[in-house]
Amino acid sequence: MQTLINGLKTNRAFAVTSFFVLLLIAVALAAPLIAPYDPLEATMQNAYLAPNADHWFGTDKLGRDNFSRVLYGAAYSLSSVLLLVTVIFVIGTTLGVVAGYFGGKVDVVIMRVADMMISFPGMILAIAIAGILGGSLINAIIALTVVTWTKYARLARSMVLKVKKRDFVEAAIVNGGTSTHILWKHILPNILPLMVITAASDIGAMMMELAGLSFLGFGSQPPAPEWGLMLNEGRQQLQTAPWLMIFPGLAIFITVVIFNLWGDALRDVLDPRQEE
Amino acid sequence: MTNKQLLSRIAQILVVLLGISFITFALVMLSPGDPVRQMIAGNEDIIVSQQEIDALRHELGLDKPFIFQYLDWLGRAVQGDFGFSYMVKKPVVEQLMESLPATVILALASTVFMLLVSIPAGIYSAVKHGSVFDYVVRGLTFIGVSVPNFWMGLMLLWIFGLKLRLLPIVGGRVSLETLILPALTLGIVMASKFTRQVRTAVLEELNQDYVVGARARGMSENHILWKEVLPNAMLPLITLLGLSFGNLLGGAAVVEIVFSWPGLGYLAVQSIIYRDFQLVQGIVLWIALMYMVINLIIDASYNHLDPRLRKAGR
Repeated sequence: MQTLINGLKTNRAFAVTSFFVLLLIAVALAAPLIAPYDPLEATMQNAYLAPNADHWFGTDKLGRDNFSRVLYGAAYSLSSVLLLVTVIFVIGTTLGVVAGYFGGKVDVVIMRVADMMISFPGMILAIAIAGILGGSLINAIIALTVVTWTKYARLARSMVLKVKKRDFVEAAIVNGGTSTHILWKHILPNILPLMVITAASDIGAMMMELAGLSFLGFGSQPPAPEWGLMLNEGRQQLQTAPWLMIFPGLAIFITVVIFNLWGDALRDVLDPRQEE
Repeated sequence: MTNKQLLSRIAQILVVLLGISFITFALVMLSPGDPVRQMIAGNEDIIVSQQEIDALRHELGLDKPFIFQYLDWLGRAVQGDFGFSYMVKKPVVEQLMESLPATVILALASTVFMLLVSIPAGIYSAVKHGSVFDYVVRGLTFIGVSVPNFWMGLMLLWIFGLKLRLLPIVGGRVSLETLILPALTLGIVMASKFTRQVRTAVLEELNQDYVVGARARGMSENHILWKEVLPNAMLPLITLLGLSFGNLLGGAAVVEIVFSWPGLGYLAVQSIIYRDFQLVQGIVLWIALMYMVINLIIDASYNHLDPRLRKAGR
């Protein structure tokens, strides 16, 4: 935590990108206050209005205000991607730590499954899982977790193996420390920074994959104002109402840019070994 | 790669295929909705009698316990029979072979585009690192990796298809005209990633001691770059190239949908929407197989290309 605060003071890139991340979150939280219209309220006589003074981003086929939907989409898309990354992070790290720390059969089983998952393209399996289970945000999160946890498990495992050999851990073992104590007090604090960096740099990529599943119809379902789903709906009106495609896409793009830059800066702050 | 290693890799591939087929099979069992009802009614809302459903279910063996169904399927699959797709009214294998060329063409076209852009841009930006060119390349590639590929596709479709009217907006067939936009979409996104990787690989080699040594001995910069640095830098890139090509074969689904490009990804999404699980199963396995075989070939050639591995007798 102290490192982060120091980073904010000394690393300008980290300070600036952190500001933008907070701004994004603020926009998402304040959506009900700043959005001029209800994102779900249909007003049929206003369908397909081009961007104008009343509707900055135009309106969709049901006359819903696109600007309000993009704003609410920030809350919807951000919270779902943060949930996704948290789930992957927790499951992947836990399995990796367990495999690395306890070794033996547990390790073999976990890593064999991980090897299997990593040896072929994840997106097609994610599409299959999300699609077969039926399109919903939860199923999309399950699908992406199934294909992504291995990365975290492998990383966590390899770091645990390294930390385990360090003197202070061996000393703790010799002194009769319980596994729980050693894991919480000695192992986790040492591997967590790099795991967090990895998770932070993944937010952007995960956002695109989640939006991709929604775009295919295997993620969030109507009428949710989710950006990927809005692109799916906007795609059909590419000719008549291009604003329905432009703004949600721009929103995804900007969010991904901010999180990617923030992830890079965070890496610089937390991982001193890394040099540019 | 020795024969023994090759055999163990092939065994590994078979195990993975077995695992994946089991997972997808189990998923189908868990999925909501009744594929048999869908098989008869399609996506239309017609009334189907329960007897009709039960009869077909029995005929297809879908009333047996899960594990028997899986073994039945497996038994036929090892003989090359992946079942019948009711969506396209053809055997699954036949449909796979029909959709494969489109995907391969798209993958090749976008990979060629990617190489044409990334290799020169990556090398030049590494050699001139810190220059304006380097900053521009890094900026553009950063944007490239942050754009969702389907949005890039939609924007290109809108600009070139609708605004400028240079290219057709209706897909559904394989031709040079319809290939340009999807290949460009995938190519731009991949080139952004690959340019960065080329740049990093070349920069890393340029910082090696042997480069300093070569300079000290008065070798020309051109000689160092072309004869020493590039051959070394290219090795790790071959693996990355293999991975991205493999990913294209399976991961281009979203872009194939945007452009209605009739490849495997498009077929996968359609078959899932129609809940044609025999076809889904076939596609997933086929894509996994292609991906793993490509990786195997890359690894084998990698061992062959890298003298360090050769000497170690691997």
